[in-house]
Amino acid sequence: MTLIDLANPTKFLALTARVLPWLAGLTAILLLIGLYQSAVAPDDYQQGATVKIMFIHVPNAWLSMFVWAVMSAASLGTLVWRHPLADVAAKAAAPIGAAFTFLALVTGSLWGRPMWGTYWEWDARLTSVLILFLMYLGLIALWRAVEDPSRAARAAAVLTLVGAINLPIIKFSVDWWNTLHQPASVFRAGGSTLDRAFLIPLLVMALAFTLLFLTLHLAAMRNEILRRRVRRLQMMQASQQVA
Amino acid sequence: MSLGPYASFIVTAYLMATAVVAVLIAWIAIDYRSQAQRLRALDESGILRRSGRGATEM
Repeated sequence: MTLIDLANPTKFLALTARVLPWLAGLTAILLLIGLYQSAVAPDDYQQGATVKIMFIHVPNAWLSMFVWAVMSAASLGTLVWRHPLADVAAKAAAPIGAAFTFLALVTGSLWGRPMWGTYWEWDARLTSVLILFLMYLGLIALWRAVEDPSRAARAAAVLTLVGAINLPIIKFSVDWWNTLHQPASVFRAGGSTLDRAFLIPLLVMALAFTLLFLTLHLAAMRNEILRRRVRRLQMMQASQQVA
Repeated sequence: MSLGPYASFIVTAYLMATAVVAVLIAWIAIDYRSQAQRLRALDESGILRRSGRGATEM
């Protein structure tokens, strides 16, 4: 099966049926390994045991931006190449991205209260991620407001690409402004500042959550393809009954 | 494993993550079951896709 074959929804469904069980199994194994490593990781000399919150906060924060980037690529596919699965991919990713962003905000707040003394601070990083979360909700609302998926797709694609401006703002907010949020400590010029005892569980959890996203995304895309098939068949059935 | 004085924050964070992921998985599984059921109903009514295949055929 070549990449171009995946443009065919029926072939895509056949592929997901084969791949999903393996992906789900691999995700579960990696999550278990990551959770075990998080549990046995030593306390940080400053944060104490609250460093364990980082093992779920950071992967969710990364994914909140990664999912929007995936949706932006899919939006280009919708607007430029009119790929038949592009808007399916974008629509299916939005609720998953919203959930990851919600988790990044909540776990960040739960870390912030003992470490910063506050659940929330209107600094550039936190505010820009909150805006990202609201944009996810706006996109989901847009998809639900327009009944015809092809019409909704174009409007959602434009909104997604405009919203992508927020991604570099989130990423560099800690460099551009004086924020309470700490600067990048994993992917930075000069290498990671994290000790291996924290870096390895963090990377394993990040990989596990990325695979979780891939699994859920493929499953949600499969559902969306089936939903559109149901819609088309119901319309055919209705027109046959009228005739 | 001792979680120290901030154990409630750590446990709440992990429980929230577990709950949200569980809701996502359940929502996708229920949605799949619902679409498959609707396709089966359409199949039983005899409606065919433009390709001539049944609603539930791959």
